[in-house]
Amino acid sequence: MAVTDATGNGSGESAPKVALLNNPEIRGWVFQIILAILVVYLAYTGWANMNANLRAAGIASGWGFLGTNAGFAISQSLIEYSQASSTYGRVYIVGLLNTLAVAFVGIIFATIIGFIVGVARLSKNWLVSRLATVYVETLRNIPLLLQIFIWYFGVLRLLPQPRQGFDFGPLGLLNNRGYFAPKPVWGEGGIFIVYAFIAACVIAWGVGRWAHKRQMATGQIFPSFLFGLGVIVLLPLATFLALGAPLTWDIPEMGGFRPSGGMTIIPEYIAMLVALSTYTASFIAEIVRAGILAVNRGQTEAASALGLRNGPTLRLVIIPQALRIIIPPLTSQYLNLTKNSSLAVAIAYPELTSVFAGTALNQTGQAVEIISLTMLTYLTISLVTSLFMNWYNNRVALVER
Amino acid sequence: MAEIHSAADIAYVRREMLPEQEAPGSSRGVVAWFRESLFSSIPYTILTLFCLYLLWVIVPPILSFLIGSAVWTGTDRAVCATEAQGGIQPNGWFGACWAYVGDYANQFIYGRYPNVEQWRVNIVGVLFFGGLAGLLIPSVPYKRENIIFLSIVFPIAALILLTGGDIAVDGLYIPLAVLAVLALVVTYAFAKLSDSDPLPGLKNVAALFIGLFVLLFILGFDFGLMHVETEMWGGLLVTLVIAVTGIAASLPVGIALALGRRSALPIVRFFSIVFIEFWRGVPLITVLFMSSVMLPLFLPEGVSFDKLLRALIGVALFSSAYMAEVVRGGLQALPKGQYEGAMALGLNWGQMMRMIILPQALKLVIPGIVNTFIGLFKDTTLVLIIGLFDFLGQIQSSYSDPTWASPVQAMTGYAFAAIMYWVFCFSMSRYSMFMERKLDTGHKR
Repeated sequence: MAVTDATGNGSGESAPKVALLNNPEIRGWVFQIILAILVVYLAYTGWANMNANLRAAGIASGWGFLGTNAGFAISQSLIEYSQASSTYGRVYIVGLLNTLAVAFVGIIFATIIGFIVGVARLSKNWLVSRLATVYVETLRNIPLLLQIFIWYFGVLRLLPQPRQGFDFGPLGLLNNRGYFAPKPVWGEGGIFIVYAFIAACVIAWGVGRWAHKRQMATGQIFPSFLFGLGVIVLLPLATFLALGAPLTWDIPEMGGFRPSGGMTIIPEYIAMLVALSTYTASFIAEIVRAGILAVNRGQTEAASALGLRNGPTLRLVIIPQALRIIIPPLTSQYLNLTKNSSLAVAIAYPELTSVFAGTALNQTGQAVEIISLTMLTYLTISLVTSLFMNWYNNRVALVER
Repeated sequence: MAEIHSAADIAYVRREMLPEQEAPGSSRGVVAWFRESLFSSIPYTILTLFCLYLLWVIVPPILSFLIGSAVWTGTDRAVCATEAQGGIQPNGWFGACWAYVGDYANQFIYGRYPNVEQWRVNIVGVLFFGGLAGLLIPSVPYKRENIIFLSIVFPIAALILLTGGDIAVDGLYIPLAVLAVLALVVTYAFAKLSDSDPLPGLKNVAALFIGLFVLLFILGFDFGLMHVETEMWGGLLVTLVIAVTGIAASLPVGIALALGRRSALPIVRFFSIVFIEFWRGVPLITVLFMSSVMLPLFLPEGVSFDKLLRALIGVALFSSAYMAEVVRGGLQALPKGQYEGAMALGLNWGQMMRMIILPQALKLVIPGIVNTFIGLFKDTTLVLIIGLFDFLGQIQSSYSDPTWASPVQAMTGYAFAAIMYWVFCFSMSRYSMFMERKLDTGHKR
């Protein structure tokens, strides 16, 4: 096929001919085409097998089941859901919202605990740093599922019956049915407080920009952080008082059989939240510690040589550089927490995997549709978060040379 | 000149050193340590007192449960229940029931693996931990032989010992023969087309297929061992089987994916990125659901895997995506000069990877691999959700036994599981840190 005798053509100047397959470019394409054919063939066989198997089992594939009535109860729902009339599509949304509810709050708690423990590990106080070390080494070396079990079966299930439960007075009730929290009830004009809050945020942002510009131009410093904080706190507060404090609390009380009133936070949610946030916090603590340690000591020294005090040193020099190191792994911890919320299936907290890929799957038998939709949902959450974080990361990344 | 004296002549210049003085009492010894590290300022003192309070609240109850009030011997639930619950302990007693763990220890390790056949599991355990110890301790010689043993001999031996061998492979001989002929033809054609000597390639392919035929023969050979279904496996055995198989399968796949992701070939890179990002973007539990519910649908009718194998496939796919990212980290950490140097020597891509890049990159990521293994080891607990009995699943399933049913049983089981997992994971993480220090040769950027 190919003429390969390099010396055979007699002319020393022209490039030696090589066999076609020894041309790296062609060789590469041959490999790639073979690979593509293999992948397509595998995908096609799988697809054909699946259709044959489904036909043999008499399962009608398609998304029609999303519109049919689900007919099972869900113990926690952020939107309206009724056993009698809600569809499987509704179940999916309820599950997704419950996943987001536990993941969002879990991320906040995990970040707070993680930063505290991470800083504590660097403390000069021997006892504090040892305790933080013990926390990290204990929690991250025990499987999350086991920790969920311990919190759920070992702590929350062992709480006393509602009648003998703990009563924190205005702070609510705690018993083995969950935590019954006081519920805010907004009166007339409550929405204006939200408007006031939004307005305050806009003002704070505008003033911050103006102050930054002025400082760049003239060197004069304006305490924009304190000002912004003040506006954000005071403006809604003033509106609140001006409207005559339109807020009452619906405090749960012990009824005849079970508590009534207030908001019910089911024990499954508490167990998931505590386990997820304490477990993830142990990883975040290590990330924070590594980030702070990675900032060169010379940075601190240079900052004090420039005459910065401790506060500005931390705020303007250390933290921005530490954050640059902390944020990428922190993102993956947030994603891990979100994905780990799927372990709730083991204690029947009604999130996406539990109600949709669990109960709904068992009832309908639409394995392919339900599992793909569930996986795609998690995939979308992951990809959107990492895209956002990559964008943010590129913004704060160090521009070198 | 006589006015100039040497320093020694001047009366007020000291001629001998003073003996070293001890540091002041306030800055040495126990007192100083306490003052420095616990009570150096008022906020620190408050913090210290708060920590002491925390310890006082947390530690004594745990110690009392685990050791102080724990029951160590007994034959049934009576020793672990209070009088009100129909046992012999005083009311209000709360302690661990280690007697129950002792009674169940065999099940926690082997699951329902038949008692008379447990020696097979023990042999596999000895082979594995022996081989692993030889590999992990840097000073032990024969590393290469050890790797060959662990990667070829051990898996076959373990498979035969654990299942009983005599696997139905008769139907595979003919497809393998067809495949062998095909591979030989392709290799020959490829060599001809690229104008190189076909002989070495043909030899390699022939050796590979002879090896595969021998493997098939061994797997199909009847050693006279009793067949043990994987449904009978459980406990620590299943945990280790899943974790070790997962990591062993994910290493080669992960390396291939990492190379694919950094490849210059667009289609290869595209497939690698899609594969890696897909598995990393979904939770393991949905992967396990998929492999246990959806995977059977993708196979031709009549072909079915057992439950454990399906879980293993899911775990392997999942962990190879993570392994790929770990290996990629190692590839990226190598200075560009290593690639350029290899190319300047005239090595082709395969030789460059095999001889220059991968040995260095894999050495760099040994801690990362160990960390992936720790993660995988913890994640094996998830298989209990799809109905396999791993270590934690076996402990949970023992709660249904009325012989030991008592209010402290669940807590005891979980405490035992937590201690065991902690010991495994903690020692592995220490090993990973040790290797990190040992391997730090200044390559990392």
